[in-house]
Amino acid sequence: MVQGSLPLHWRKYPERYRLEGNINEQTGEEFFPARVVDPSAGRGGKLSAKEMPREGKILSWTEVFVGPTGFENEAPYFLAIVELTNKVKILTQIVDSDRAKIKTGAKVKKVFRKISDIDAEGAIAYGYKFKVVG
Amino acid sequence: MRSVSIIGIGLTKMGEHWHLSIKDLIAQAGSMAIEDSGIERKQIEAVYAGCMASGRLVGQEHIGAMTADVLGLNPVPATRLEAACASGGVALRNAYMAIASGMYDIVSVNGVEKMTEVSGEDASFALGGAGDQETELFMGATFPALYALMARAHMEEFGTTEEQMAAVSVKNHKNAVHNEYAQFRNEITIEQVMNSGYVASPLKLLDCSPITDGAAAVILCATDVAKKMKLDGKAVEIIASAQASDTLALAHRKNLWETRAAKIAAEDAYRQAGLKPKDISFAELHDCFSVAEIMAIEALGFCKQGEGGKFTEQGNTQIGGTIPTNTSGGLKAFGHAIGSSGVKQAIESYWQLNNMAGKRQVKGAEIGLTHNVGGSGATAVVHLFRKV
Repeated sequence: MVQGSLPLHWRKYPERYRLEGNINEQTGEEFFPARVVDPSAGRGGKLSAKEMPREGKILSWTEVFVGPTGFENEAPYFLAIVELTNKVKILTQIVDSDRAKIKTGAKVKKVFRKISDIDAEGAIAYGYKFKVVG
Repeated sequence: MRSVSIIGIGLTKMGEHWHLSIKDLIAQAGSMAIEDSGIERKQIEAVYAGCMASGRLVGQEHIGAMTADVLGLNPVPATRLEAACASGGVALRNAYMAIASGMYDIVSVNGVEKMTEVSGEDASFALGGAGDQETELFMGATFPALYALMARAHMEEFGTTEEQMAAVSVKNHKNAVHNEYAQFRNEITIEQVMNSGYVASPLKLLDCSPITDGAAAVILCATDVAKKMKLDGKAVEIIASAQASDTLALAHRKNLWETRAAKIAAEDAYRQAGLKPKDISFAELHDCFSVAEIMAIEALGFCKQGEGGKFTEQGNTQIGGTIPTNTSGGLKAFGHAIGSSGVKQAIESYWQLNNMAGKRQVKGAEIGLTHNVGGSGATAVVHLFRKV
């Protein structure tokens, strides 16, 4: 199963553990996940690693009742598109939140959680999720 | 570029085919298309096959060679095309370009998916590969979840309601009653859609297209060659073929409530044919979820951005309305055997333009449009058709 690959886990630690993306130093545009090529500038400008802000707001959300392989026992769970304070958008689970407070515009902050353990003998995947603040 | 036409069609019934393999499905549809066209097998110069996820769903890759083999077409070149749920449309487009360019005169275009061999969770996982594996599926985002995020954004931006989305499913089920190849030939009501359980809120079970086994095929021929061979009796010309792409991940789109690639492909298709949205007689749309049809009629210019829900609720997209959509029943009720869908949309156009659609016939149909989308909108293919 592709999601249980150890090199995949290692490779993704910066992105999934501390929201590391990158920034084009010339244009100031930020990306998450980090991009090898800037879609606006092509090869122009130097791309450097940069941690994304850990706060943002919900742009849209859904409560998922039927999950894919690896999430069978998680459902129901909440997913959202979150716009971080630097305008970068990410898809994430929303956890530890009063369901009445999960709505568009709600302020959220990053937490560190287990994502899945899809392969019984493989490494457990950890990473970012978000929770509603206030 | 040379004019290209569909001169024959074939398909299986869409549904749960426990007794048929992926090979059986494509052999049935592909052979039916060859027989329908009136050509000899040896006249076919190339094979194209659209298929999305056969590796995960049945463990079989190399679908191009498999298709040529089961259809008895070796040793012609055989190629698989994959663009998630737009695989069939992309196969049709590449086959069209191969003839338009002058490389071939006659080719076989096929689309197939065998989806019922695995559990629902494993099918969800396989289909999840149409999005961004590393940031969407990894987080537990299924396709219903991605379209649910788009649906809520559309509802909150434009006031679209769950009842308006339900009206798409109700209409498509009503149309499928008259399609003998459709998976679901039963009418449903707004109340039934509203009372079906949430899959990913606000999308409910009856907002979602089904898991389907099935195959579809067409024979494409250079129009002048078809006329010379007197095989143009039912020929339907492809008068535009356009395709566009967008970001793989939904989060990276400018707006969550639109499918920009579809808008761009549609503009290109209208330009190629010198037509406008009002010139279209009927449209087969990629209604993988009810909200997807609402976003499609906006992207294709049949109504203004944001008014797709109201436009649907008012009956404009019903047979007899200003722009009948998914007269076949669409993905929702005709069925959604992923790789076949873009091809079977062309088949409904062939039926409609040849006045062969029976009780779901659009009177005076002159121009047909098909709209096939991959993933959450990262690929969009639009074709226009006219009777030769």
